[in-house]
Amino acid sequence: MTKRVAYCAMLTALAMIFGYVEALIPFGFGIPGIKLGIANIVIVLALYMLPAYQALLIQLARIVLVSFLFGNMAMMIYSLAGGILSFFAMLLLKKAKGFSITGVSIAGGVSHNIGQLAVAVLTVQNVRIAFYAPVLLIAGLLTGCLIGMLAYRVKPVIDKVGRH
Amino acid sequence: MRFFLINSRVDKKIIQKKDCILIGAVLLLTVLTALIAAFFQRSAGQSVRILTDGKLYGEYSLSGNQTIVIDGLHGYNRVVIENGAAYVEDADCPDKYCMKYKPISKGNETIVCLPHRLVVEVTGKADRQQPDSVAQ
Repeated sequence: MTKRVAYCAMLTALAMIFGYVEALIPFGFGIPGIKLGIANIVIVLALYMLPAYQALLIQLARIVLVSFLFGNMAMMIYSLAGGILSFFAMLLLKKAKGFSITGVSIAGGVSHNIGQLAVAVLTVQNVRIAFYAPVLLIAGLLTGCLIGMLAYRVKPVIDKVGRH
Repeated sequence: MRFFLINSRVDKKIIQKKDCILIGAVLLLTVLTALIAAFFQRSAGQSVRILTDGKLYGEYSLSGNQTIVIDGLHGYNRVVIENGAAYVEDADCPDKYCMKYKPISKGNETIVCLPHRLVVEVTGKADRQQPDSVAQ
């Protein structure tokens, strides 16, 4: 139990740091709303390392802590919408047999962007901004794919360490 | 360290068959939404509508050159209409994403400033007859 708490805390801290590191990497080419989502690699791997509820707790703790420390209330709502939707999309695909960790990550990236767009439509009360969906869909696919392939490489190392 | 072995089924390939189906589905959805967007954004724009908090702030013709300053509850944005297109020239929002949009000129095109809950949208010629549900 203590070990699990320690791992949850470590992964939460790692996800927070990744969120910070991401801000230093110029990615998105000036397209509004596009980011790499490096923090998601922690959540993807947590889904494969720990029970689902613990991975969800890491995701929620990460979002709430980052929003309180560096952001604001509006940022928290956007992050929660994207974060919770992407978590359950990833969990669903992981439970369904036949998807690799890359596929799980793609589902996470795409659904994260859809969740944020939905909140944006509700916030500004304007459906026209939903025309931005194709950009966000393709961006979610590409970033999800990148993160997923990275997770595919990292996972065997974590499995090996875990056996000792 | 047993808990680490939960779900430790190693994926053989980096991308499996079902992943390809998922990628295909997302690509199809992208093309579909892009076509829908292109269909609605094909008409030439007539005027620019600025909305804050979903309410109409003002409507301005695209034909003349002008600068509109919105100093609202959430913050400051400066919209410039120039050569039949509109863009956000300056803003005091934290992310400055609204300033990165390309100038908009076609009907139903939008620029969004999420922190300021501001939408700049172009109305097409066809929109003039019926009042917009958003503006009411």
